[in-house]
Amino acid sequence: MTTPILTAEDVSVAYGKVEAVRGVSLAIPQGQIVTLIGANGAGKTSLLNALMGLLPSAGRVSFRDEAMASVVAEERVARGLSLVSERRDLFATMTVEDNLELGGFRTAASARAAAMEDVFARFPRLRERRRQVAGTLSGGERQMLAMGRALVGRPRLLMLDEPSLGLAPRIVRDIFHIIKALMQTGVSILLVEQNARAAMQIADYAYVMELGEITVHGPAAELARDPKIIESYLGLGHHR
Amino acid sequence: MSSSIALLLVQDGIINGAIYALLAVALVLVFAVTRVIFIPQGEFVTFGALTLTALEAGRFPASVWLLLCLGVTAFVLDLARGRTKRALIPIARRFAWDIAAPLALLVLALVLAPMKLGLAFNIAMTLALVVPMGPLIYRIAFEALAEASVLTLLITAVGVHLAMTGLGLAFFGPEGFRAGSFTSLSFALGPLFVTGQSLLVLAVAAILMLALSIFFGRSLIGKALIASAVSRRGARLVGIPEALSGKVAFLMAALIGTLSGLLIAPMVTIAYDTGFLIGLKGFVAAILAGLASYPFSVLAAIFVGILESFAAFYSSEFKDVVVFMVIIPFLLWRSLSGTHVEEEE
Repeated sequence: MTTPILTAEDVSVAYGKVEAVRGVSLAIPQGQIVTLIGANGAGKTSLLNALMGLLPSAGRVSFRDEAMASVVAEERVARGLSLVSERRDLFATMTVEDNLELGGFRTAASARAAAMEDVFARFPRLRERRRQVAGTLSGGERQMLAMGRALVGRPRLLMLDEPSLGLAPRIVRDIFHIIKALMQTGVSILLVEQNARAAMQIADYAYVMELGEITVHGPAAELARDPKIIESYLGLGHHR
Repeated sequence: MSSSIALLLVQDGIINGAIYALLAVALVLVFAVTRVIFIPQGEFVTFGALTLTALEAGRFPASVWLLLCLGVTAFVLDLARGRTKRALIPIARRFAWDIAAPLALLVLALVLAPMKLGLAFNIAMTLALVVPMGPLIYRIAFEALAEASVLTLLITAVGVHLAMTGLGLAFFGPEGFRAGSFTSLSFALGPLFVTGQSLLVLAVAAILMLALSIFFGRSLIGKALIASAVSRRGARLVGIPEALSGKVAFLMAALIGTLSGLLIAPMVTIAYDTGFLIGLKGFVAAILAGLASYPFSVLAAIFVGILESFAAFYSSEFKDVVVFMVIIPFLLWRSLSGTHVEEEE
């Protein structure tokens, strides 16, 4: 197994007395897609925010062999960690182009232009819409823009929170194709999804989270055959 | 009222309005980026004007002491809070900016102020002394409060305002000062008497507005400021440090305030507490624009300026009352129409 790009040991997140994440440990191998699945409210988003440094947490997080305890979110971005949040957090009043440009805020100006070209090549729709204000985009375009904005920063590890949320099935398929293609360029990916079936298909490794804890983990192909996982997360009756 | 008097009042109102517009834009900018309602905005007008008049009279500008105190405080606080890396080079760099530079300015002011080196020097010195106070105040008072509520930030801003007004009294004394005109140009235009100073106010205001719109529309750091205002989380996710946006916003507010002080120093007698009232009128304009829109703030500021000059004509003791009263129907309308600036969670 390759050395992990990110490891979390015994990470906990509490909102007052309520513990949303309890003692979670996980490792994301370099250049792989790891998925984190679980029901709504299992603590997946809280865990991602803690890994990103947006939420205070207990435990240890290390990224590219560096302890992250004293590194604020903005500096984690500069080190190559990127989060595309569930809410997208776009700059709604600014154009697509400005959003993308700001995605490269921590990269050199010379590298930024090339990175934006790459993003336009990957998401031709964004090139068509580049003068449009982000707030007027469709749901799928917003997700593309949020991913594109993260990619302009040339992240080493891209954390995607529910990229398929609220999107039409055809667009979800496109987004998952793009995620798979991204992995082939060497970006490691942590994919948080309620759409477990689609996530397990492209992931190398999977963690299952329930009530703030990791209950099962293993290679995605193995978990996909586990009857309990099939029943809880992959069953035909599972719709969002 | 004859039409020529009305014209005169409008002219006067537009010139005052241009100053209010600058201050309103600074207030909107600081609020959008940091959620701070920057009450001390007017103190920069005072400090700018009084530093200029002190230099003009060949006196040592006491504002240097404040700059030095702020520098030392910010340096110590950043070190204690662990914001400055505890290594030689970062500490040395911070020391150079926060303490050595103000000390150098102090020596420079001590030596050069009595020599009365002229307007260009006085303006440059005033800017160098007063403008850096903006980011220093941000670092001391507001940086640690990034997650605080708008109310907490407002109370802090009031505290900063009170402190600065008190220090202004200590530094400059209770009496007011007026600077000499930057230019002796003046001419008649129909019934109007136009002074070069008033044209200068309008020109500088217009140039500043243009520069601001280029800054926000073209430069990456300007776009980053807008981004921080639109989505704080989004800005953090692309790696824009909150403290950087805050410092730049406060720097710009301080620059705008100081320039406004320089511009009006020859037109109005400025005492230690005059700036507050001027800043409040900028604030009225910013409120009329919902603390959100730059172009509306400018229009509202011109309106406030004209309203003030007509109010002063009819009843000079009520001119401030009239200006501040216009907020009330406006706020009523805002609260009834239901479009509020929501606080981000």
